[in-house]
Amino acid sequence: MNKISVIIKREYITRVRKKSFIIMTILAPILMAAIITVPTILMMNQSGDYKKIAVIEDNSNLFKGVIKNTKDAEFVYLENTRVDDLKKTFEKAGYYGILYISPELINTPNAAYIISKKQPPIGLLTHIESSLKKEIERQKLLSYKIENLDDIMKNVETNVSVQTKKLDESGVEQGTSTGIAMALAYILGFLMYMLVFIFGAQVMRGVIEEKTSRVVEVIISSVKPIQLMMGKIIGIALVGLTQFLIWIFLTVGIVGVLKTTILAKTNVTEISQTMPQNMMAGNQQTAGTVKTADASPALSEFSKMLDNAMNQPWGLIIVCFIFYFVTGYLLYASVFAAIGSAVDNETETQQFMLPVTIPIILGLMVAMGTMQNPESPLSFWCSMIPLTSPIVMMARIPFGVPGWQIAVSMAIMLVTFAAFVWMAAKVYRTGILMYGKKTSWKEMWKWLRYSG
Amino acid sequence: MALFEAKNVTKQYGSSLALDNVSISVPEQCIYGLLGPNGAGKTTLIRIINQITGPDSGELFLNGKKLVPSDVQLIGYLPEERGLYKKMKVGEQALYFAQLKGLPKAEAMRRLKYWFKKLDIIDWWGKKVEELSKGMAQKVQFVTTVLHEPKLLIFDEPFTGFDPLNTKIVKDEILFLRERGATIIFSTHNMESVEELCDNITLINKAKTILEGSVNEIRSKWAANEYDLVFNGNVKIEGNGHYNILKQQNDNDRSVIRLKTTSDISTNDILQNVMGAGSIISFNPALPSMNEIFIRVVEARN
Repeated sequence: MNKISVIIKREYITRVRKKSFIIMTILAPILMAAIITVPTILMMNQSGDYKKIAVIEDNSNLFKGVIKNTKDAEFVYLENTRVDDLKKTFEKAGYYGILYISPELINTPNAAYIISKKQPPIGLLTHIESSLKKEIERQKLLSYKIENLDDIMKNVETNVSVQTKKLDESGVEQGTSTGIAMALAYILGFLMYMLVFIFGAQVMRGVIEEKTSRVVEVIISSVKPIQLMMGKIIGIALVGLTQFLIWIFLTVGIVGVLKTTILAKTNVTEISQTMPQNMMAGNQQTAGTVKTADASPALSEFSKMLDNAMNQPWGLIIVCFIFYFVTGYLLYASVFAAIGSAVDNETETQQFMLPVTIPIILGLMVAMGTMQNPESPLSFWCSMIPLTSPIVMMARIPFGVPGWQIAVSMAIMLVTFAAFVWMAAKVYRTGILMYGKKTSWKEMWKWLRYSG
Repeated sequence: MALFEAKNVTKQYGSSLALDNVSISVPEQCIYGLLGPNGAGKTTLIRIINQITGPDSGELFLNGKKLVPSDVQLIGYLPEERGLYKKMKVGEQALYFAQLKGLPKAEAMRRLKYWFKKLDIIDWWGKKVEELSKGMAQKVQFVTTVLHEPKLLIFDEPFTGFDPLNTKIVKDEILFLRERGATIIFSTHNMESVEELCDNITLINKAKTILEGSVNEIRSKWAANEYDLVFNGNVKIEGNGHYNILKQQNDNDRSVIRLKTTSDISTNDILQNVMGAGSIISFNPALPSMNEIFIRVVEARN
């Protein structure tokens, strides 16, 4: 046991001291923080950019006052002005652009256009389009001469936002958000995939390094091969955990600092209005949250989201994540170690990598599908099969999984992981002492049956 | 008493037999040569002694007791396929190997400083291994092999990569270790160093022991019937019914003559026969080199 800790220490320290490790550890959180904060900053700068737009409709007055001013755009209706005249001077006159609406618009959908020096933002275009569309619809309705049309229209106008509620065992309704569950499933599944793959591959490279530098025979005359293998696997796992912890702390720290320094200048309600709007936009369709463009419910929506995030079974998620990470990583890392021991250099690993990569990729793909339909038979079976279960089960858990399923999946995982480590150790023991022979799966199978 | 014994060791890899009923007995404070052509099974035997692999059958004894896993502390092994972590610093690495052999850190440090100074590599302590020359790296490996003062030392081709000066240094260290009580198993293809260092040998060919015993006994046995005569001055002698002349050579006022007896004539009678030819400086049985014996024995078997 003492010797294993010596090995773990070496594996850990030599890796943590590497320049590449230090650079990656510092750079990644900065990138992550940038990804999180830059869009927010951009969004806010955008909203501060006030635009004045000249509207010309050849004096038809069909759409006068139809397009309402927003907080970042003002629409000025000009009479007795021709587009061609204004074209040359609109910038000097302080206009962002010219919107021309032909009277033909009611019958010809593309009879309006906007002239500007820059590409107009999507938000502005959407606002113009929907305003005009509404007006044309109104005018068309008017042509039917329905009595009390205005009242009817007011009555018809509706805002809808579908809320999801989940019944827990005691029958209490809990507010949940499918959006949150999906995001969580995605993050957990992907994190698992990354951890297993990046650090599993590091184990393999470490084994190859020891084999090609011929250092391995010296070591295994002092310790058992399985001690060397497990020491390496555990040491690298600790490197991975260290890196992730630093990443999380640094990212949270940097984001926090940026938020307080840069965003503090802007008024608070604005942030809380723009932020959730933007965040919800991506989730709208799948999350079943039907929203109008109206920004007023956004604030309450955001706080609801936070509540929902708190309602996730965090205890279960953390316990399961640790369990599946440890067993999943050990399972794959030991296979990677066995492969590393069987080859003479890294290029030879190709033929062995494919069969190992397939279940991981498959797991990730099923995990993505799980977000659409967490109860599908495919998701269920893949969360039971040990090669895919660490990724798929983690993706299922935020949607709620029956306790017995988790228990069965974990039990299968434990048995398989023990079997894999045992087999890998046998292959490893023989493989590290074999030089210059091209190894096949058949050969490795033979090594499995060699005695001590 | 034998410090180490292997009795009837057999090991099979798939369908190929690596060791077939091999036994060796290594007396205490002996330098024991393990010889054989490439692929004969030497490395397998060494790995079994180091408990890197286990035998299919047979027994191993260290100090008269059955070999157990904790005995790795009592064995030092310098494999033929040896290496160091290229990116690691020399001192740190030596310390790592010492700790793997069970030495406490402080003690390992003290002994390492001693050995590094003795072999004149202390300046390299903080350097990375990749900056070392091959001979330098070999010295580091030698130190890590002997550092925990093992009872049994196993050297597999310890001199490859050394210049003559460093070869001598390492040879002297090996002899010094033997003086201090270590027993050494020594595997090599360099037969000169076998004659120079080894007390006993075992020759393995195709998984079987084909020759064993003390180096001197083996050489005299194979020398049978050949003698070297050295005369002062330019001397010529003729063969007769009792012996043939194999070789006559004159240089620097000396004549070196090898003869082979063909009957059971005694050495005194031979001397009587040749005494008249000139003044004899020496008369010795002509010992074949280990190289010759090796080639003859192995070829006879093949």
